Amino acid sequence: MDAVEIKNLSVSYKGKKVFEDVTFSISPGQLVGIIGPNGAGKSTLLKAIMGLTSVDCGEIKVLNSPVSGMRKNIAYVPQRSTLNLDFPLLVEDVVMMGRYPHISWWGFPSLFDKKMVIECLEKVGMYKYRKRQIGKLSGGQQQRVFLARALAQEAELLFLDEPFAGIDMTSESMIINLLRDLKGEGKTVFLVHHDLNKAESYFDSLILLKNRLIAWGSREEVFRIDCLREAYDGRIVSLDSLKGLMVVNG
Amino acid sequence: MGGPAFFLESLVKYQYLQNAMIAAVMVGVICGVIGCFIILRGMALMGDAISHAVLPGVALAHIFGVSFFIGAVTTGVATALGIGYVSQHSKLKDDTAIGVMFTAAFALGVVLITLRRGTGVDLWHILFGNVLAVSRADLWMIFAIGLLVLVSIFLFYKQLLLSTFDPTMARAVGMPNSLIHYLLMLLLSLVTVASLKTVGIVLVVAMLVTPGAAAYLLTERFSVMLLLSSILGVISSIAGVYFSFVYDVATGASIVLVASLLFSFSFMYSRVKS
Repeated sequence: MDAVEIKNLSVSYKGKKVFEDVTFSISPGQLVGIIGPNGAGKSTLLKAIMGLTSVDCGEIKVLNSPVSGMRKNIAYVPQRSTLNLDFPLLVEDVVMMGRYPHISWWGFPSLFDKKMVIECLEKVGMYKYRKRQIGKLSGGQQQRVFLARALAQEAELLFLDEPFAGIDMTSESMIINLLRDLKGEGKTVFLVHHDLNKAESYFDSLILLKNRLIAWGSREEVFRIDCLREAYDGRIVSLDSLKGLMVVNG
Repeated sequence: MGGPAFFLESLVKYQYLQNAMIAAVMVGVICGVIGCFIILRGMALMGDAISHAVLPGVALAHIFGVSFFIGAVTTGVATALGIGYVSQHSKLKDDTAIGVMFTAAFALGVVLITLRRGTGVDLWHILFGNVLAVSRADLWMIFAIGLLVLVSIFLFYKQLLLSTFDPTMARAVGMPNSLIHYLLMLLLSLVTVASLKTVGIVLVVAMLVTPGAAAYLLTERFSVMLLLSSILGVISSIAGVYFSFVYDVATGASIVLVASLLFSFSFMYSRVKS
């Protein structure tokens, strides 16, 4: 069984093609990085897999079914900049939202839901901040809270949009460790990520995008200088002596 | 001209004043609660639009002799749908679509009412309220609308909260965002009908936005904001009716001015605190 299977997917936005003819499949229990330069269509691909974008053509399957039947199993961590962080919500209120898909339409959180929230807050090291308003936290702390919300949802698939943008190293390594734990439990995690330096060490599989699928597969298959050059329009400086890569004007 | 004692005496004596007070208090609660969602969804202009768009419905209801309810909800929701359609199917932004659609609906309403001049529908009263003419039947109608609004928000609290805070996650987990949006527009049309006699169409938006905005500045928790907003709405209503009676000025405007005053206190408090 594949966690996600995409066939010939094309998406356009307001008459302009975002990407065309994308095909790949990802088996469960992996950390998957969606990488590529700005405007390559990374976030759009993420949203398309979650069934949030209208597609021109193509097929999307999540856990062998159309995404519409799998919604409970999809947890989403948004880009922080898209949210109103002055919203009157405490940290624990945000994490409780992860339990909403498990609570009936008109129902209220049970004791179990509350226990789950506490557990997830402890996992990300944010328990003592549970009564803080979310806007009063640092970027890294906010990101950990949104990860806790995704954990509380107990979903099979997690989708994170640029989770490491503008956060501190402590939070970043804590998040990546938690994501590795999830992978160990057989869950599949997709991340939109733009920092190539760490991409190689973070992910099991990579999807390299530049308005079309440049390459996908294991690190070795994707992290090749020719693929990266193509995606980043040649603005790549390779430092072979350091066995590293650097993107210029990525 | 007397003060509070005279007002209380009159309140006990006159049925019309009691009705006015009860209506204003209920409207304060309903508007305060629904207003919180309007503010946090960034829909203050939409609230203004829907309340204005109720006018042609009221006029048509009068012409065809049907209930205000049906007319108001029909044109209110139709305008909301029209705004959604125009902004999704053109390059126009939301606020432009709103500006175009609601003024059209409002103008149609004014034309319809002036066409039927002399038949007992007073445009002034619909626009600015006529709180001294609140009947028993009106009170029951406001009560029913209030109950419906509060029960809807109680039942769909999770959906409303999540789709307001993080619409993308709401959609990802399968919540029907646009249905929730139009449910809110429906409730907004009903709230406008409930507020017709107390503040009138033109000033409803103040009752929706001002107490909620004041509450927003005072709290960090949404449930507290809902409570605080309705309390501020009620205080505005009571004080507004009082001033309007004692100084013999328009009730709706008097209620709104008290709300604005409360907002300025809240604003100053939040400035001092930070």
